[in-house]
Amino acid sequence: MDDATISHLLITFGVLAGLLLVAPGLIWLERRLLALWQDRYGPNRAGPFGLLVVLADTLKLFFKEDWIPPFADKKVFVLAPAIVVITVLLSFVVIPFAPGIIVADMNIGLLFFLAMSSMGAYSIILGGWSSNNKYALLGSMRGAAQLISYEVFMGLSLMGVVLMTGSFSLIDIVEAQRYQWFIVPQFLGFVIFLIAGIAETHRLPFDIPEAESELIAGFHSEYSGMKFGLFFVGEYIGIMLISSMVTVLFLGGWYGPSFLPPLAWFIIKMFGFIFFFILLRASLPRPRYDQLMEFGWKILLPLSLLNLVVTGGIILWMNTH
Amino acid sequence: MENPNLAEYLPIALMFIFALGFVVTTMIATHVLGPKRKSKIKLDTFECGIESKGNARIPFNIKYFLVAILFVLFDVEVIFMYPWAVNFKSLHWEGFIQMTVFISLLLVGFFYILKKGALKWEE
Repeated sequence: MDDATISHLLITFGVLAGLLLVAPGLIWLERRLLALWQDRYGPNRAGPFGLLVVLADTLKLFFKEDWIPPFADKKVFVLAPAIVVITVLLSFVVIPFAPGIIVADMNIGLLFFLAMSSMGAYSIILGGWSSNNKYALLGSMRGAAQLISYEVFMGLSLMGVVLMTGSFSLIDIVEAQRYQWFIVPQFLGFVIFLIAGIAETHRLPFDIPEAESELIAGFHSEYSGMKFGLFFVGEYIGIMLISSMVTVLFLGGWYGPSFLPPLAWFIIKMFGFIFFFILLRASLPRPRYDQLMEFGWKILLPLSLLNLVVTGGIILWMNTH
Repeated sequence: MENPNLAEYLPIALMFIFALGFVVTTMIATHVLGPKRKSKIKLDTFECGIESKGNARIPFNIKYFLVAILFVLFDVEVIFMYPWAVNFKSLHWEGFIQMTVFISLLLVGFFYILKKGALKWEE
């Protein structure tokens, strides 16, 4: 094996290990931050700042009964949590963390991300349907409709960025933001992408597929043990994925003042968005299902088309003058 | 690798194998480690402690299907825009005007859907 292959292997393994280690850490972070904003302590007993609660939670999930309901469709039931984790991990293949730190620099990076994030809808619909539970069915129906709707707006909101760079490669997109981040010319696209991203990860306030106060736990009501844990890990890695995508597409990726290394800037920006996700959970109530769908189709769709046409017009006008 | 395009996708295969390995190990581990206890009530569907009636293979609202159809229509049209977006600068005003016509046709269909009440969940 030559050096390039070894460094490739190291990067791939490093990205995977990093994600799988940070994901449980995010659960701790979320609990601590929620506690802070709700004026209580949160987990603070096990280890420094309660950090060991992550380990305790993981071990507990491993030692819980792995229950496959006798009334469920067993093969599909097992397949569903696997899909969400695998697709969300695969999406990270195209994310450029810093110059040279990327698993695969593909010229269709953006399309690969969109493809993988739409595969995520399968895990919800298959998990909910195979559980053969009415709550799970309701959750998965809502989830599927929500995910496929917001995927349309997500794809459209990215188009402005593609217009400005003329490339699907995420490295090209970051390098095009050397002097100006796309959040300035593409602010509308940024807002739409962020909203669609929250809906795609079905996080609060758009956690309608789960909606614990009405549907128990929605599509994963019947899951237990680490199968439930896999859904959980998938959700948190999904948050990281959307945060990194926002960073890459609109906030200049690794670019920042030179007193910190590029990777540090990327991680700072990414965590800024993760904090924002948690703040949303702490502060916003959940909309009704029909409100969510109407908001998407009647407001976000025309807005994202408008953004596309206006961006295109301005770029061409500036090129000819 | 002879084909440079194929080599580009090799890391994805690698990542897939790693991710699959993680998922399979986790699932086997939790299956082996967890206890196994069975009782009649536990084998029922979980419905908030209310006795469960029937199974979940029940009819559901047709609107969900309608949303799926809308998705297919609009997402295909979005995909159609991507090649234009990449070659945007070389296609110039001509391509822009063609795409504006396309988008306005799309909007006609969109307003038809709205008038038909496809997105009204109350009825």
